[in-house]
Amino acid sequence: MITWIQSGVVVDPVRCVQEELDLIIERGKIKQILPWGEFGEKSPQVRIINASGRLVVPGLIDMHVHLREPGHEYKETIASGAKAGAKGGFTALACMPNTEPSNDCRSVTEFILEQARRAGFARIYPVAAITKGQKGEMLTEFGDLRKAGAVAVSDDGFSVVNSEVMRRALEYARYHGLMVISHSEDRNLSNGGVMHEGVVSTRIGLKGIPAASEEIIVFREISLSTLTGCPVHIAHVSTAGSVELIRRAKEKGIPVTAETAPHYFSLDHSKVVGYDTNAKMNPPLRTPEDVEAIKKGLSEGVIDAIATDHAPHSPLEKELEFDKAAFGIIGLETALPLTLKLVQSGVLDLPEAIGKLSLNPAKILGVQGGRLETGASADLALIDPEYEYELREEDILSRSRNSPWIGETLKGRNELTMVEGKIVWEKDA
Amino acid sequence: MSKFGHKDLFGMGQLSVRDIQLILDTAESLKEISERDIKKVPTLRGKSVVNFFYEPSTRTRTSFEMAAKRLSADTVSLSVSTSSMVKGETLIDTARNIQAMNPDLIVLRHSSSGAPQLLAREVKACVINAGDGINEHPTQALLDLFTIREKKGKIEGLKVVITGDISHSRVARSDIIGLTKMGAEVTVSGPPTMIPPGIEDFGVQVVHDPAEAVKEKDVVMMLRIQLERQGKALFPGLREYAVFFGLNREVLKQAKKDAIVMHPGPINRGVEITDDVADGPQSVILDQVTNGVAVRMAVMYLLMGGTKE
Repeated sequence: MITWIQSGVVVDPVRCVQEELDLIIERGKIKQILPWGEFGEKSPQVRIINASGRLVVPGLIDMHVHLREPGHEYKETIASGAKAGAKGGFTALACMPNTEPSNDCRSVTEFILEQARRAGFARIYPVAAITKGQKGEMLTEFGDLRKAGAVAVSDDGFSVVNSEVMRRALEYARYHGLMVISHSEDRNLSNGGVMHEGVVSTRIGLKGIPAASEEIIVFREISLSTLTGCPVHIAHVSTAGSVELIRRAKEKGIPVTAETAPHYFSLDHSKVVGYDTNAKMNPPLRTPEDVEAIKKGLSEGVIDAIATDHAPHSPLEKELEFDKAAFGIIGLETALPLTLKLVQSGVLDLPEAIGKLSLNPAKILGVQGGRLETGASADLALIDPEYEYELREEDILSRSRNSPWIGETLKGRNELTMVEGKIVWEKDA
Repeated sequence: MSKFGHKDLFGMGQLSVRDIQLILDTAESLKEISERDIKKVPTLRGKSVVNFFYEPSTRTRTSFEMAAKRLSADTVSLSVSTSSMVKGETLIDTARNIQAMNPDLIVLRHSSSGAPQLLAREVKACVINAGDGINEHPTQALLDLFTIREKKGKIEGLKVVITGDISHSRVARSDIIGLTKMGAEVTVSGPPTMIPPGIEDFGVQVVHDPAEAVKEKDVVMMLRIQLERQGKALFPGLREYAVFFGLNREVLKQAKKDAIVMHPGPINRGVEITDDVADGPQSVILDQVTNGVAVRMAVMYLLMGGTKE
């Protein structure tokens, strides 16, 4: 059967354009791309999807999520997370290894991929641990993990404290074709902190996490990348100082890439006033100046990708005193409208924004996707950029509801998600 | 007659100058009750007050309990060792259970900043913050304001210095907010490791050297140094702290002749304050404790719908 996506505006992050094009899909692949009105075939064998007034974008790729399986299925499963992702327009998710047990060996990676295959909805790319048990001591078996299907390694949630271990990880990972993703945090400096250290933490009496605790490790990773010539990817950049360090490294040609999360360009530390635990994440929400620097970093290409750091937690971890609550918020179902806001405010143009959510993470991880071109797999999303709605708790598909945007009005919604030509999610008629 | 427009007391930040004046005036009229032979009025008869202390406290808990009893309320005290918290119950669950017994007022002391707000969301009873984490301790600030006004006749225009671990002190935070609201000129002092970032935003001056900071002050307020912090990154040890940041007679000479010396207690004699100063003629430390009962009576009375004639 042929699928004809008709009269949509196709956003192409490769050529950085948006054009009035039809897509013809057959056997899971994009068979033809042609201007409106040129495709004439009409037969019962052609399924028509009317995309008039919609954007047709490459399936979004979230390079940083926590799917909680195995071990914390009450927060999220691979199936529920992938479904939430599909709703948000994501066709691929890279899941972090801090599960229980952590993804530090072949059998866990294989289990994740098996669960993903059963679930459908989205492609799942496991990110394995850098060190056994994410303890920062012994390297995991990168070769074996790569063979099993891991695309990157990270001790996300922790920095690899020992610089020698991190250096060897970079060297060994490159040999096996794995990207190393750094959660950059000097725990001695941030220890016990629960929000950004600054005027707000002083005012409301919470222990602070200084910006320097992130920047020290960002600088170390850049130094190690310089030393070894190996690429490194900085996860969830949150401070102006980190943006500046990465900018300078890129200018010197050091192979560093970076991502930020929607909350770091949408919210600042004043959100914590009132002790809402859905404003608690690590790294923490920073100052308005940091938010501006993150936007500038995105606009100037210093920050390559937008990833959600989707971190589902149940009320057991969140309905607590602020300092006792877990870090993190869900993000798969809000990333698209929050990123489109950057387009509305002129920070990014549309193909750039979509590129940061698809093509760029694909390139960093070395996976397919991010391209709508003849022969490519038909992984795509259909977006109504004008649709406004209130985010309601009952509409959230993730198993967890820890979002600071519940009750807020969002603009822009995914209406249909397709993986390999198959519709995996579609809005209610 | 003016009504008090608050159901809960979380911190000094929520109070207006008029609110503070109302509390202090009410406390002044209630103070006399504690000096009678029969120290009891029927004002809160039939009301139940739960003193809920997640952190050890002697002075504050006793003070609240005495205040409630002198107003004829029925009081129950829960502390960490007797509550289900040791059995792993969450604050919200404990709150719901207490609410199910329908108390009128809950006094909460908790190690987490913001815990009183969390509790108040779950209960119908009035909530008084008796100290939350490193955030606020409003009744301490109110009794400090009361004591200053009693001794000096006013608060506005006075020069006050607060010395110690400003970063980790809820007393300092509440006092700074209350004092600046009432028009006092506040200086904070202590080692740089104990001064939080952005403290100037509270409208205070930072002077690290204690002798310099004390100069020409009307009120010298010392904070308790938490012994468990010694030897860590904040300060190397008690001896050094006493030498460089403690209040002794020599340092006190820099203040105005009629300056008063305050301390929220419990004091570490020989660390932040020497014996002769703590027990000396300028010390009002025990007056603070006395006034604490009156101020807490006033807060309970006003929160539960009382008016001041």
